[in-house]
Amino acid sequence: MNNIIEIKNLHFSYKDESGNSSAEVLKGIDLNIKEGEFVAVLGHNGSGKSTLAKHINAILIPTEGKITVNGIDTADESKIFELRQCAGMVFQNPDNQIVSSVVEEDVAFALENLGVPYKEMRKRVDNALKAVNMYEYRLHSPSQLSGGQKQRIAIAGIIAMQPKCIILDEPTAMLDPQGRKEVMSTIKRMNREQGITIVLITHYMNEAAQCDRVVVMDKGNIVLDNTPKGVFSHVQELKDIGLDVPQVTELAWELKKAGYDIPDDIITEEECVMAIQKLFKQK
Amino acid sequence: MLKDITIGQFFPGNSIIHRLDPRFKIVITLIYIMMLFTGSGVSSLAVGAAFTVISVFLSKIPFKMFAKSIKPLLPFLLVTAVINLFLVDSGELYFKWKFIKITEGGVNISVFMVIRIILLITGSSLLTYTTSPITLTDATERLLSPLKKLKFPVHELAMMMSIALRFIPTLIEETDKIISAQKARGAEIDTGSFTTRAKNMVAVLVPLFISSFRRADELATAMECRCYNGGEGRTRLRQLKSSPKDYTALAITIIFYITALITAHLLKS
Amino acid sequence: MAVLETQELTYTYSEGSPFEKTAVDHVNLRIEEGEIVGVMGHTGSGKSTLIQHFNGLLKPTSGKVLLDGKDIWENKEKIRDVRFKVGLVFQYPEYQIFEETVYKDIAFGCKNMGLDDAEIKRRVFETAHDIGIREELLQRSPFELSGGQKRRVAIAGVMAMNPEILILDEPTAGLDPAGRDKIINHIKNYHNKTKNTVLIVSHSMEDVAGFADKILVMNKSKLFCYDDTKKVFGRSEEISEIGLDVPQITKVFTQLKKQGLDFGKEVYTVGYAKDLLIKNLRERSI
Repeated sequence: MNNIIEIKNLHFSYKDESGNSSAEVLKGIDLNIKEGEFVAVLGHNGSGKSTLAKHINAILIPTEGKITVNGIDTADESKIFELRQCAGMVFQNPDNQIVSSVVEEDVAFALENLGVPYKEMRKRVDNALKAVNMYEYRLHSPSQLSGGQKQRIAIAGIIAMQPKCIILDEPTAMLDPQGRKEVMSTIKRMNREQGITIVLITHYMNEAAQCDRVVVMDKGNIVLDNTPKGVFSHVQELKDIGLDVPQVTELAWELKKAGYDIPDDIITEEECVMAIQKLFKQK
Repeated sequence: MLKDITIGQFFPGNSIIHRLDPRFKIVITLIYIMMLFTGSGVSSLAVGAAFTVISVFLSKIPFKMFAKSIKPLLPFLLVTAVINLFLVDSGELYFKWKFIKITEGGVNISVFMVIRIILLITGSSLLTYTTSPITLTDATERLLSPLKKLKFPVHELAMMMSIALRFIPTLIEETDKIISAQKARGAEIDTGSFTTRAKNMVAVLVPLFISSFRRADELATAMECRCYNGGEGRTRLRQLKSSPKDYTALAITIIFYITALITAHLLKS
Repeated sequence: MAVLETQELTYTYSEGSPFEKTAVDHVNLRIEEGEIVGVMGHTGSGKSTLIQHFNGLLKPTSGKVLLDGKDIWENKEKIRDVRFKVGLVFQYPEYQIFEETVYKDIAFGCKNMGLDDAEIKRRVFETAHDIGIREELLQRSPFELSGGQKRRVAIAGVMAMNPEILILDEPTAGLDPAGRDKIINHIKNYHNKTKNTVLIVSHSMEDVAGFADKILVMNKSKLFCYDDTKKVFGRSEEISEIGLDVPQITKVFTQLKKQGLDFGKEVYTVGYAKDLLIKNLRERSI
């Protein structure tokens, strides 16, 4: 599989009005993401994870280093629309990214901007709404929808552009458990059924556990990059940088510390149930 | 409170008036306003009133909704009537006391003025009641699009308008929340003296402004991420199609207007 | 003694209009002094409407709210005093900050109470210290602070009023694990120090499992249950059915029980699960 996102030695620091740079937020990130991958970027607030996400979509441009998305250099301003069509972005606050007071018109917003002809637009909008299971709400006003539904509309607005990649910047942080489930299952489906590459920025470990790959960031660096099992087995390191692990992982880790023979890469309830049963059978 | 404002409120429906092309509705409303201000006599008002009643009837919107939109303007109507009543000095004298005079002309003009304003509000409410604000914005943009050639920012204005419409419910909800939060901290917002209330409004307005700026900033980024680049080369999902019924409605309006003109002219001569 | 009590509390939105909706339906509750209560329910369950009755922001359509045995609506003029006795911290409270310094914002509630300046100063310094806001931050603009700090400033503003009952609506929403733990710890310390009653609204049982004495669950505008934390977790399957998150660890033990490994205890924290398992493993190996 080809790399859709290639990040080489990315450094970034914010500049204030007088042009002085602040401390570096990103300190030399190297990261390749393959087409069709489902990657979680995990980190606490201020770890640099959102800053990284904003680079993929050229909202921010590296102070040093280079990012290419589908072969397009994000610093190349002449290709910015091509880039943003290819890599769409969903933000944290569902309210502050919906432009129109009619659901279907909001989904069409990007296509209107790109000058897609009406017939094609109609088809793509309908398909995008069906893909996120919001077709029957197409004529509603966004203010009548729940947070999870609004976030699905935002996803539909991106899907309509037919991107290769979607970057989601903490899309569930402001949602209730129901909304979180809706959004997660929608993202997973987009990845599975349409082969869209997903980069999910989050601080919820149970969401990260559902991805193919977890990249952990701390203080502007990547500290872990592995499968969820590979990452969550580093319980102590994760705790040290202020992150959680799934409860089942923590329990297994505690039991192991107490001298019991239990695998340290448990991340699901089923695995945990089986491991505990095994412990008791050994006795 | 904020929720009770009815002007500009849309009542979804499927009446013939609802289904008219919004561009035609705007043009018709403009002709209607001209009709109300044609001549000063009974005739044009009578024609206008007939036109209003027929339209309201066709819209199937309960009459009390219109009464509701007129109610807040009653003090204004009263003042207009009184001013005209006392200041106009023409025709037969009905009443005189010191410098106060009431004349036939004064009575006529104040009555006509009140009726005219009521009809004006009813007619324009009919437009907003039967057309969703977003459709209205869209239609205005298209009607004004020739002005783009004169560098008039038609698209930008329409975009601002539609974003404002989108965020009205959000901001109302937010205002309610902030008011509750400050009340929970003991702020007197709907009680207390005028000065305490005014002072405490700061506690509502500052957070509201800050949050609106944050929203605006985030929305701008989100719009850029969806390739927003001004009005140039945009296509639209919302298609406005005119049909024979729109032309018929326009023709009927013009006929009413001409009738008003002719009767006004005939009565004068 | 019950510090807060509701009798047949009912609240109907937009009564008489087509949008009429009963958000709280005949709720009877007794909250004892000094307890920590977790208030749970999914969006639209009526929990937010319920807590806004406790400090008189909403007036019941029917039924009563009693504070220290007295109907809070007995004297309408005095309703503002109820808000000083029952402090309510809304969701995302950092969005209510407005003063130019942190000090002034924390002091806002106390000022409204009419306290004298010396007492206000004492309270602001004490609360700020207790919630981990360093003294040198007090003269800074609250808008320069980080998200987590802002939230603590906003919570401090209500804590400084020293209410008999402190209600926090999802105090950890949107925070990362470290920020969440910090806030939870400050709330626990506040409770230990003041012994005031604390109500914490949350979507997730995991958040409140560790420290709530009792749990109140709202579902479809009705009181679903209000009981000791342990007993509520005994009904974790029903709670899961009404759409609430049950801690992963509780689910594991429910599953184990189904498969014949019953420890006879409700498990809802990792620490307890570990101790329970080790104890049982040792017993069996003897």
